[in-house]
Amino acid sequence: MNKKIIKDLLLITVLLSLGIFAFLIIESGREEGACVKVTVGGELVCEYSLSEDGEYLLNGGTNLLIISDGKAFIKDADCPDGLCINQGKISLSGERIVCLPNRVMIEVIGDDGIFIN
Amino acid sequence: MNVKKLTSLSLAVALAMILSFVESQIPPFVAVPGVKIGLSNIVTVFLLYTYGWREAGCVSFIRVILSSLLFGSFASLMYSFCGAALSFAVMLFLIKVRIFSVIGVSVAGGVFHNAGQIVCACIVMENAGISSYLPPLIISGVVAGIAVGILSGIVSQKLKGKI
Repeated sequence: MNKKIIKDLLLITVLLSLGIFAFLIIESGREEGACVKVTVGGELVCEYSLSEDGEYLLNGGTNLLIISDGKAFIKDADCPDGLCINQGKISLSGERIVCLPNRVMIEVIGDDGIFIN
Repeated sequence: MNVKKLTSLSLAVALAMILSFVESQIPPFVAVPGVKIGLSNIVTVFLLYTYGWREAGCVSFIRVILSSLLFGSFASLMYSFCGAALSFAVMLFLIKVRIFSVIGVSVAGGVFHNAGQIVCACIVMENAGISSYLPPLIISGVVAGIAVGILSGIVSQKLKGKI
């Protein structure tokens, strides 16, 4: 039993390291975002520039997107979990806020229009 | 199947459903979709060790369907099924190769449950970028897996020979 616990700890260490490493790589690749892409069910619906403040109702009103001060966030949504409202404000390339129940996603794109996760 | 086994497995399904439901009532502590403790996996892990993959698989399958029908939606059924299926396959494999204890198996189960849900989300949203949620989900999968593993071990010990 003891030998197995050592292997368990090894597995836990490896997985945690993988998670932290992946997180650092993803976060370090982020740059200033230029605009926000809105997709519903995988299809691009519209894009909004981060430099213009605005309030937008997405997906026929299920989610309320606010852009202010160069950041985008979801202020209100009708989904049961409300996770999208708590996902904070995004402004760096590749950052995204997802509302899974409504299949709505807002994603920040960098200046060159191409981003790496 | 004898009546005793049928009753035990039915109780297992009911228990897994209750655990799943109770867990869904706990407000999420991080705003990452899919982070959960996975209490109903205690039942799956316990059955894998005590009975076998057929019994554990059946109970898991039935629980996923009933829970989603009663407390969720078709979407939650998809995510739940993907996560449970991948987690089950990985755990079964690890138990067969006997490298890890119940904690290691649960940790792998937790991580791959989340991984399965992310893959499903990537397909539903048609966007591979959703995988950027993997790091917090791996970490929460490990922590949840440790908790589930410890609890499964305790349950197995207490119920030894009685079920």
